[in-house]
Amino acid sequence: MKTYLRFGVLVVAIVGTLAWLAASGINESKTYYKTISEVKEMQSAVMGKRIRVTGDVMPGSIKREGEHVHFKIHEKERNLQLDVVYIGKDPLPDTFRDNAQAMADGKMLQDGSFHASAIAAKCPSKYEAAPGKQPATQPLNAAKPAATS
Amino acid sequence: METLGAYAILLAFCLSIYAFAASVAGKLKHKPFLIVSGERAVYGVWVLLSTAAGILIYSLLTSDFRLAYVAARSNRAMPLVYKFAAWWGGQEGSLLLWSWLLSTFAAVVVFSNRKKHRDMMPYVIAVLAFTQIFFCILNAFVEPPFQVLAVGKGVQAVADGNGLNPLLQYWLMAIHPPALYLGYVGFIVPFAFAFASLVTKQPGEAWIATTRRWSLITWGFQSIGIMLGQGWAYAVLGWGGYWGWDPVENASLLPWITATAFLHSVIMQEKKGMMKVWNMVLISSTFFLCIFGTFLTRSGVVSSVHAFAQSSLGTWFLGYLAIAVGVTTFFILKRLDYLKSEAHLESVLSRESSFLFNNLILLASCFAVLWGTLFPVITEAVMGEKITVGAPFFNKVNIPIGLFLLLLTGVGPLIAWRRSSWDSLKRAFRWPAAAFVLIIAVLAGFGVTHVYALVSFGLCAFVTVTIIMEFFKGARAISIKNQMNMVRAAFELTHRNTRRYGGYLVHMGIVIMFIGYTGAAFNKDTTKEVTIGDRFDIGRYSLQVKQVTDGDTANYSWQKAQIGIYVGSEYLGELTPERRVYGSSGQPTSEVAIRRRLNEDLYLNFASMSQTDANKAIIQAYVFPLVSWIWIGFYALLFGTLVCLIPSKVKYSYAKTAVVGVYAKQTETAK
Repeated sequence: MKTYLRFGVLVVAIVGTLAWLAASGINESKTYYKTISEVKEMQSAVMGKRIRVTGDVMPGSIKREGEHVHFKIHEKERNLQLDVVYIGKDPLPDTFRDNAQAMADGKMLQDGSFHASAIAAKCPSKYEAAPGKQPATQPLNAAKPAATS
Repeated sequence: METLGAYAILLAFCLSIYAFAASVAGKLKHKPFLIVSGERAVYGVWVLLSTAAGILIYSLLTSDFRLAYVAARSNRAMPLVYKFAAWWGGQEGSLLLWSWLLSTFAAVVVFSNRKKHRDMMPYVIAVLAFTQIFFCILNAFVEPPFQVLAVGKGVQAVADGNGLNPLLQYWLMAIHPPALYLGYVGFIVPFAFAFASLVTKQPGEAWIATTRRWSLITWGFQSIGIMLGQGWAYAVLGWGGYWGWDPVENASLLPWITATAFLHSVIMQEKKGMMKVWNMVLISSTFFLCIFGTFLTRSGVVSSVHAFAQSSLGTWFLGYLAIAVGVTTFFILKRLDYLKSEAHLESVLSRESSFLFNNLILLASCFAVLWGTLFPVITEAVMGEKITVGAPFFNKVNIPIGLFLLLLTGVGPLIAWRRSSWDSLKRAFRWPAAAFVLIIAVLAGFGVTHVYALVSFGLCAFVTVTIIMEFFKGARAISIKNQMNMVRAAFELTHRNTRRYGGYLVHMGIVIMFIGYTGAAFNKDTTKEVTIGDRFDIGRYSLQVKQVTDGDTANYSWQKAQIGIYVGSEYLGELTPERRVYGSSGQPTSEVAIRRRLNEDLYLNFASMSQTDANKAIIQAYVFPLVSWIWIGFYALLFGTLVCLIPSKVKYSYAKTAVVGVYAKQTETAK
């Protein structure tokens, strides 16, 4: 019996430690899913919390400024839009472009803009454009150098 | 053609139902001919599904754009190999691949067991056929691959297709899905045998012995699939990592974890007759997690960067899982008497206990990953608010788990069965512990302060020494007895018990991979907007953006940045990260450039040209220390797995009393 008691204690200790780690891990990284309208309506409630906002990237709104990327996402149903500044280090996903459905992960700032530390855009294995219709192509770069040296 | 394909699937569906019904009825009513006809039906299903798959492949290769699937996944400019890979580039095709692989495995199982396990086989076929029915329903009615594009009543072809998703146009990705599927689908075989052995109240461990190779091979394929996914994420996705705890990645990891636990805990059952219920539960959960993983990636239940489209598939999968889990649980509970343990745990300091903790910790990891993956679903159901957790959660839980597992990898093989005394432990672990302390002291001396990294490197040294000691001890005994040199003796030793020493080689592979993963603690990165001609620094490197060029191919147009690499004044060569836009889909991709070295990788991504200044390029540079060791460790793991598959020269009799191996046990109980 003593052996099983020892086992019990060890198992409880291990599981306990892991549960504690898990709980603190959740607290550190939990992120709330919000729609653009929810963000707009309860500015103060979401301030400072990590949230994840989804919307369609407004065509032509993607602007790179140094290491930051500015863009706007759009909620069709209520015609709302949200300014997003991407401040993350990772390269933006290839799927991130005009009209793509993008998910910005970050925090709301006082001035009403959204600082995203991570961006996800819908991956093209979901890419199900109607066959036969050419999807809108986007040039390699909005501002391609006129003459590449 | 496509009508033939659709009919083939439909017929396969009917034949699977027949195989299921004939096997079960034949077994219950003792009609051997019915059972045999069920087995023949399994071959029939394979022929039919091969026909369907063949037709789909033919349509893809010949660019038959009347088919909706072909038009959406292929185009004329694509290289032939990707036209073929388009088979699994979309939902309908990949489900057909699943179905076809399943039918292939079923046919192989039926063929290789045509003279063996007569009492179990009907139920094995029943399990396989039941699953086949489920997938045929998906192929035939939910996601049919042979839909044609129609305008009004006429079938119409489009001029050119949309092309395979450019991110998938990479060689690793062309083989990643089949490898992973081989691993996913393959676990149905051990599960089917386990289930059949439950239903027929088989004495002994026949199902484990029969399916040992299957489990190992499928585990190997899962490992390959997961690694290919990592390699692809690293080299193609361009986000500078190999693992992001994305739901889809997690889905592939979950069954791998339980399968790893299973491979370890069957040793307990074979050697000690313990953990019988546990093994049943493990193999069942492994298979269910395989199905669950497929469900997770295909139903859109968890939002992920690379999940497939939302569809009605989810309900079907849940229905299948509910039935399968229900029936399995029922039989496990009903047969608890047959699964009684033959031995008890005697001490905390024993090999048994190390296996137990190995399993506990693997399951904990599996549960944590599952919990984290489903967290948005759970919170939405319970709190009405969708909350997600990210990489910090997974890392926080899984890094300590990984380190603990690494420790057990070293401890397990050296600790005695039944019970171990402190004295013998001290003797066994003197050198490994010394290596542990030494490595940590040296690294700390060089100024490494990252605690997890120190522990990890220390444990890697610890395990390496234990493995070397094991080989050394065994080889020396043989070399003295047979007068061989040590190297030949080591080969001889491995050949005598391939399973044990192959297992050590797999462990060594894991250790090497851990070295690679630990390197992530020292990653560096920077993003710079650089005028063409200028330099910037990362780590010890100085990078000069020499020039930007562009051009077109039939499939895509490209833009390349030529970047010279210097360390101090020494010129190391050039890297050319590239950006592409694929013509038919308008999809841009980044082709990162990586300078792979054993000590560290230099990883460059050409993000874009600056939008404010046409003479500036935005370059993202990363230094990833030790990443190459992940791939090297993976090859070692693969090699070890292959060694495990070679039959041992000596048939080992297990240390159970009055039992010589599994076969002796069968004859004994048959008396």
